[in-house]
Amino acid sequence: MKDVLFEIKENVPLTKSVYRMTLSGDASEIAAPGQFVNFKLDGLYLRRPVSVYDAEEGSLTVIYKVVGRGTEQMSRMARGENILALTGLGNGYDTAKSGDSPLLIGGGVGVPPLYMLAKKLISEGKKVSVVLGFNGADEVFCEREFSELGCDVAVTTVDGSYGARGFVTDALPDSYSYFYTCGPEPMLKAVYRATKTSGQFSFEERMGCGFGACMCCSCRTVTGYKRICRDGPVLEKEEILWED
Amino acid sequence: MGRLTTSLCGTELDNPVIPASGTFGYGYEFSELYDINILGTFSFKGTTLEERFGNPTPRVAECTAGMINSVGLQNPGVMRVISEELPKLKKCFDKPVMANVSGFSVDDYVYTCEKLDKEPQVGWLEVNISCPNVHGGGMSFGTDPGAAAQVTEAVKKVTTKPVIVKLTPNVTDIASIAKACEDAGADGISLINTLLGMRINLNTRRPLIANNTGGLSGPAVFPVALRCVWQAAKAVKVPVVGMGGVSCAKDVIEMMMAGATAVEVGAANLVDPLACKKIIEALPEEMDRLGIDKLTDIIGAAL
Repeated sequence: MKDVLFEIKENVPLTKSVYRMTLSGDASEIAAPGQFVNFKLDGLYLRRPVSVYDAEEGSLTVIYKVVGRGTEQMSRMARGENILALTGLGNGYDTAKSGDSPLLIGGGVGVPPLYMLAKKLISEGKKVSVVLGFNGADEVFCEREFSELGCDVAVTTVDGSYGARGFVTDALPDSYSYFYTCGPEPMLKAVYRATKTSGQFSFEERMGCGFGACMCCSCRTVTGYKRICRDGPVLEKEEILWED
Repeated sequence: MGRLTTSLCGTELDNPVIPASGTFGYGYEFSELYDINILGTFSFKGTTLEERFGNPTPRVAECTAGMINSVGLQNPGVMRVISEELPKLKKCFDKPVMANVSGFSVDDYVYTCEKLDKEPQVGWLEVNISCPNVHGGGMSFGTDPGAAAQVTEAVKKVTTKPVIVKLTPNVTDIASIAKACEDAGADGISLINTLLGMRINLNTRRPLIANNTGGLSGPAVFPVALRCVWQAAKAVKVPVVGMGGVSCAKDVIEMMMAGATAVEVGAANLVDPLACKKIIEALPEEMDRLGIDKLTDIIGAAL
């Protein structure tokens, strides 16, 4: 964990409400795909957690959706502006359990953290399949980026306006060694039921601090109480307890 | 004695800065960023008799210059705090620590304090009769002078450690509650806990916090906190620990002028994990600017 002042290199819309922000600065605290950063924004008290899309030496990229005041403010920031972020937060995905043909399942704004994961899995010589789900054609992003990494990519849209009609669970391949997923909770629940192997889920929760101090984002698991920000956001399938 | 030294119920603190309970866990996360032994002390996560998960999520909401939380006293229970957390805490903090205790009945407080009394690491018991986020107990003890006195008196019987009673601002007459605690034997009082507040999601038309209401903290509450500290300090002779929206060295000095012997820092730790370190480092320069030789010279200057 480290508080880093980044400089915005690029902040561009990918769809009507999804933006990609590329930052230059110390990204060395990002040790695993699936980790997140917590942005300090002018005039807002609490920081805003956003998952990391990609991190390389001296560069960090996030893809975020405008959903409220914080992300709306981020979308108006320009190249050259500075932004403060606590980086290296959360546990991230563990690629050690992936087997040789892992499946990545992303829904909407849950897609971005899977990119760095795919990159890592491919660098480890694994054959990666990806299923990306969106509501409609105008919301699709990142398909090409996954393809260019060498992943086998399938896209689904709820309204059938692009790719296969339906949900991500309608397009799961027959065989895969393990899976990783991130997306809205109803999708995660459907993935939990539809998948045949073990896997890892990345969760979202409203956070106070983002580094484990305040207990605002706690959840119950098979192995006890966990803080989504610190002990998560990634949980193993076997430890998940769905509330209600 | 340094310029920043202060004394809390007979124990000297290197400086008056104390991270507040519930914003600092057991110190581990912060010790990754800096040596937390630079702190005066810290008040660890509120401890109850039994393990508690706390309230459903969302437990937190943004506010203008602050935040609302309704965690609901999540903690592993006093026995596991003693067997698991205190030994770990010892590895990153070698000064006496403040144990924050909550309960749902007088017996709860007594039992939990009795257990923590035997721990040599614990320098003070901060008895929280002011949590706004639990039903039964919690804040209800802190809104009535008789109940506040009853908890204080019962706890004092089972411990030799200094008992600091943590008060809620959600009362009409803070001075009478502070006085009732002092008369019942409290060695100090600390205030304020959070102010009861709420936010509504305009789209769903439902409260943002799952528990509907929560406790407001952050810079927004500082003037209210300062007023409460000032009124309490006028009413009692025992040390007063001031807190509520403190986020910089100036705020610490202002709290001490209002009568605080030491100052707790809460929400600021959550938005900047280095907040307390920065405050401690900024104090000497701020004191120079204001012509303050030692912090103890200004305690209660505005009373």
